[in-house]
Amino acid sequence: MDLVWQGIAEAFRLLLAGDPEVIRITVLTLKVSGTATLISLCIGIPLGALLALSRFPGRKFFMSLVNMGMGLPPVVAGLWITIFLWRNGPLGFFNLMYTPAAMIIAQAVIASPIITGISAAAFQQVSGKLRLQIMALGATRWQYVLLLVKEVRLSLLAAVMAGFGGVISEVGASTMVGQNVLGRTRVLTTATVMEVSKGNFDIAIALSVILMVLAYGVTLTLTLAQQRGNRS
Amino acid sequence: MFKKAKFWAIILVMLMMVSIIAGCTGQKQEPPKEEPKTGQQAAEPENQEVILATTTSTFDSGLLDVLQPEFEKQTGYKLTIVSVGSGAAIAMAERGEADVLLVHSPADEIRIADAGAAINRQLVMHNDFIVIGPADDPAGIKGKPTGEAFKAIAGSKSLFISRGDESGTHKKELGIWKKAGIEPSGDWYRQTGTGMGGTINVAAEKGGYTLTDRATYLSLKKNMDLVILIEGDKDLLNIYHVMQVNPEKFEKVNAEGGKAFEDFMLSQETQEIIGTFGVDKFGSPLFFPDAGKNEEELTK
Repeated sequence: MDLVWQGIAEAFRLLLAGDPEVIRITVLTLKVSGTATLISLCIGIPLGALLALSRFPGRKFFMSLVNMGMGLPPVVAGLWITIFLWRNGPLGFFNLMYTPAAMIIAQAVIASPIITGISAAAFQQVSGKLRLQIMALGATRWQYVLLLVKEVRLSLLAAVMAGFGGVISEVGASTMVGQNVLGRTRVLTTATVMEVSKGNFDIAIALSVILMVLAYGVTLTLTLAQQRGNRS
Repeated sequence: MFKKAKFWAIILVMLMMVSIIAGCTGQKQEPPKEEPKTGQQAAEPENQEVILATTTSTFDSGLLDVLQPEFEKQTGYKLTIVSVGSGAAIAMAERGEADVLLVHSPADEIRIADAGAAINRQLVMHNDFIVIGPADDPAGIKGKPTGEAFKAIAGSKSLFISRGDESGTHKKELGIWKKAGIEPSGDWYRQTGTGMGGTINVAAEKGGYTLTDRATYLSLKKNMDLVILIEGDKDLLNIYHVMQVNPEKFEKVNAEGGKAFEDFMLSQETQEIIGTFGVDKFGSPLFFPDAGKNEEELTK
């Protein structure tokens, strides 16, 4: 138990002392996972709307793929992206392996199905009557989609939280494509794993505390936004 | 109308992705402006990225944390350390996915050198393997020759934790079992499939025996009560070599960068760092520098 207190004390010490390495790792974690979540939103919300609102052959099959993708194990995503990004791999000429960009791609691949799936479910829940009504009022297709987005915004925020939570906590893919390079691709999760295997349990606990505080901070902000939306 | 709009929306999203990714890589390729010019060879290398594939022991022990900034300062290269088992490091070299290797799996090293995947194999340093286990030593192996000790562990079905990851340490362990004429299997023989640090943690938690390199054990010792039961056996020497991945076989290999790292590891200055690393913390060095010696000298 003393290890836990030691770790928590260490976390405060690292944060208060402004340890430059820890701050860099924390900022990179936010950057990578935040960018990946943004990309996933740009893919997931339109795709979710498309899957929910239009009818085309193979839609249900595609939907099932997305739903399966919501549970895509990060190491599987990591492995496939590694093979593609290796310098002798099909996308090797981009030279992205072991860069934050590679980690963003991996995390976007992990978060996109989550956001797509939740958005699609949200759009499908809007009652058919409301949809008909909007159409009847003479909305263009874009106005129609925008109105629906407003209608389901609470669920979409939930999708953002699920996506962000999924990627900020994953370690398998980040390790594989980033390799935890000091000062370049080291994020909180990979640093935690490293400190554990080095036997520095106190620092590992400190990093995990910082990670949880960070994840909670972002989620809290989003939750407050969501609940404000709920009241009005 | 809608189709067209959708098309443009998709294009827009793709453009955003490309620009974000380009932004990230752009940052990476910028030359480090604050690069101190005090190093011996401060010339700006053309291809700055050097990928080192190495074993978990060099990384988990903290040695590379000391050597990496030193190398980057002296040469201007950026070192990406891929810390995996020797098996994976060798496999990466065979695919041309690394520039230089620092490994301890002699049979595999010679195999890929013969196959032309790696060149310029040089002895860097050694330390030794040790067998650690619970202090009450249920199989009674303390002080026995390694082969006898492994027989005693198997005979008493005492818990043995294996790396099981094709690493240099794992290969070494399998070699000892083979020499002792035992095919380890059963409930008492467990494979973790992780690095040395993780495996020692499992052994400590479960009270099992394991084979480890001394460096990783010393750096983890503070957390546990496993003790050294066998050491100093000639069979337990752990020898590290550095090798370049053959740039003639793989065109994307950074030949100059790999060479620079190899030269760096063999330089007198670096050898001194290796020889003193860990003394302040553990009272004895974790690795013994060997540049310029040959292997027979060590094993005799």
